[in-house]
Amino acid sequence: MAMIEIRDVNKWFGRFHVLVDCTSAVDKGEVVVVCGPSGSGKSTLIKCVNGLEPFQKGEIHVNGISVGTAGTDLPKLRSHVGMVFQHFELFPHMTVIENLTIAQEKVLGRGRDAARDKGLSLLDRVGLTEFADKHPGQLSGGQQQRVAIARALAMDPICMLFDEPTSALDPEMIGEVLAVMQDLARDGMTMMVVTHEMGFARNVAHRVIFMDQGRILEDATKEEFFGTPRSERAQTFLSKILSH
Amino acid sequence: MGPFDYTVLVPSLPFLWTGLQFSVHLTLIAMSGGIVLGTLLALARLSGPKPLSTASAMYVDLMRSIPLVMVILWFFLVIPLIIGKPVGAEYSAIITFTAFEAAYYSEIMRAGIQSVSKGQAMAGYALGMTYGQNMRLVVLPQAFRNMLPVLLTQTIILFQDTSLVYAIGAKDLLKAADIAGKNYNRPVEMYLFSAVIYFVICFSLSALVKRLQKRYAVLR
Amino acid sequence: MGYNWHWGIYFDKIKGGEETYLSWLITGFGWTVAISLCSWIIALVLGGLIGTVRTTPRRWAVRLGDAWVELFRNIPLLVQFFLWFFVVPELLPEKLSLWVKQEMPAKEFITATVCLGLFTSARIAEQVRAGILSLPRGQRLAGLAMGFTLPQTYRYVLLPMACRIILPPLTSEFMNVFKNSSVAFAIGVLELTFQARQMQEDSEQGIETYLAVTVLYFICAFVANRMMVWIENRTRVPGYITAAK
Repeated sequence: MAMIEIRDVNKWFGRFHVLVDCTSAVDKGEVVVVCGPSGSGKSTLIKCVNGLEPFQKGEIHVNGISVGTAGTDLPKLRSHVGMVFQHFELFPHMTVIENLTIAQEKVLGRGRDAARDKGLSLLDRVGLTEFADKHPGQLSGGQQQRVAIARALAMDPICMLFDEPTSALDPEMIGEVLAVMQDLARDGMTMMVVTHEMGFARNVAHRVIFMDQGRILEDATKEEFFGTPRSERAQTFLSKILSH
Repeated sequence: MGPFDYTVLVPSLPFLWTGLQFSVHLTLIAMSGGIVLGTLLALARLSGPKPLSTASAMYVDLMRSIPLVMVILWFFLVIPLIIGKPVGAEYSAIITFTAFEAAYYSEIMRAGIQSVSKGQAMAGYALGMTYGQNMRLVVLPQAFRNMLPVLLTQTIILFQDTSLVYAIGAKDLLKAADIAGKNYNRPVEMYLFSAVIYFVICFSLSALVKRLQKRYAVLR
Repeated sequence: MGYNWHWGIYFDKIKGGEETYLSWLITGFGWTVAISLCSWIIALVLGGLIGTVRTTPRRWAVRLGDAWVELFRNIPLLVQFFLWFFVVPELLPEKLSLWVKQEMPAKEFITATVCLGLFTSARIAEQVRAGILSLPRGQRLAGLAMGFTLPQTYRYVLLPMACRIILPPLTSEFMNVFKNSSVAFAIGVLELTFQARQMQEDSEQGIETYLAVTVLYFICAFVANRMMVWIENRTRVPGYITAAK
């Protein structure tokens, strides 16, 4: 069964049609990269998956639960769908470890010590144990994004959404974040990743989705996509991005 | 006192009109005087010699940390002592508000002058302008333009504050409503009516300022 | 016009009484502080609530909050004092109205506190709203994405940062409350400005009177400012300024 199922999703911002008949799926354990030019709707699509953006038509199911239906307990659903943002969005007034424990305690109801242990072990995993009591403002961008990934993992997510996790980073910091993501993928995490990092897609992804002007134009295995993209727009996009 | 009686409003309208006229006059005079004086204070603070700059800063801080009512009382007490003869509450109010508002307008103009990029002043000097020419022709017009919405908002506050001349008995809109209320023994209706007049004027003006701000936001 | 200086006036007895003028000033200072602090608390609670509500997705609540702010911002404070003192009691049910007018204890004080509290709440609501809206939109999304409900997102994510951001404007608002409390003289609260006018008339030593009162207002403003700066320093987030700019 698909972990994330997206069926005929349409979304309008006022009169602007941002998502047009989007259909795709992410299986359990699968890593899917979503790419496309800016303004193509890929960030909007991934925010629809955990209900951060409402959509007007179509259906999205995560682990069998319908996202767009009125009665759905969205906080509960989101508590086990991890999300990583472009601008990290760590909570600046909390220390790193507090960032990792607050939702464990207040949303999952874990005890303080259990939450702290979990948080520390995840900080160890992303290699930032010594920063536990620092504030996010005292960390570099790459370090902040690694903390943000650990924060999402602390909730024991059944799948992870990445919304351009490296595009706000200085080039020399991109590697450390991608390394953490690669480890995650190897451990079998289900991941949907909006990114321009084609190297990451080549190494880690199972499938690649290409979007333009709100439509999914390509939805192919990595081999097919990098071999011969069918749409002309995907070809131009690839040639632009790979020539950099 | 019985139920509301709005018929008393009509005969008192001319009297309230006189009061409103004074409120508006006071606002306009204090605004023009305050902006001119305030700009001078801001210039003195930003580019005057050290003693002048300090004096300007002290004057502004002093005015801004005393309640306006106390400033009104101070001037009403001190002006006659200085000029040696009694002066009417209305004249005293005009002098007070001009002096008081100058402090607030000066802070706005100071921010405005600082909002104009240094390169503009450099360009003026490079063209051979004097300090005065540069300020008058290059910097101040831009500062004024940048700060127009804030200056207008301050003027709306000033208009509301003119009601405080009540403290020395000058006959503005509120005092007129107060007197009319006592004459007809209908203070409730009169206070309510004056509140409505103030609200309508201030609300429309601030809506206007908001529109102006939006237009400016687009232009920049 | 000559002026007869008399710096000992503070310790003179008032005309036809046993008190000194100093005791008038002290009483006035006490009422000024009492009104200011009580209305500040009302303003913080109400203003925080209304400002927060104005940033939620609830349309009707936003409208209500906007209306609240416009109402209190577009009527002069002095007129509001008169409305609360003379007009509002007339609008109450008959029995309550009579009680308020004739029996309510400390009528002037309560009226002044409510009036100044609500007036200031509108200004605080405006700042709280601006503070919350100044946070990056991603913060709200990040809170929700972690499974927080909307109230939890406000409680743990948005409000703690917004409060820190608006501390400087809140400082000047706190100082404004002391200044604005002076308008309460008009409904007969025995605060500093009321005492100033009374002492000036009674003693005819205007300059000495006003000087003392002005100094007392200065002290209020200074202490208010120090308190807020202390809070600002206590709640500073390490690394935040450098991270933000």
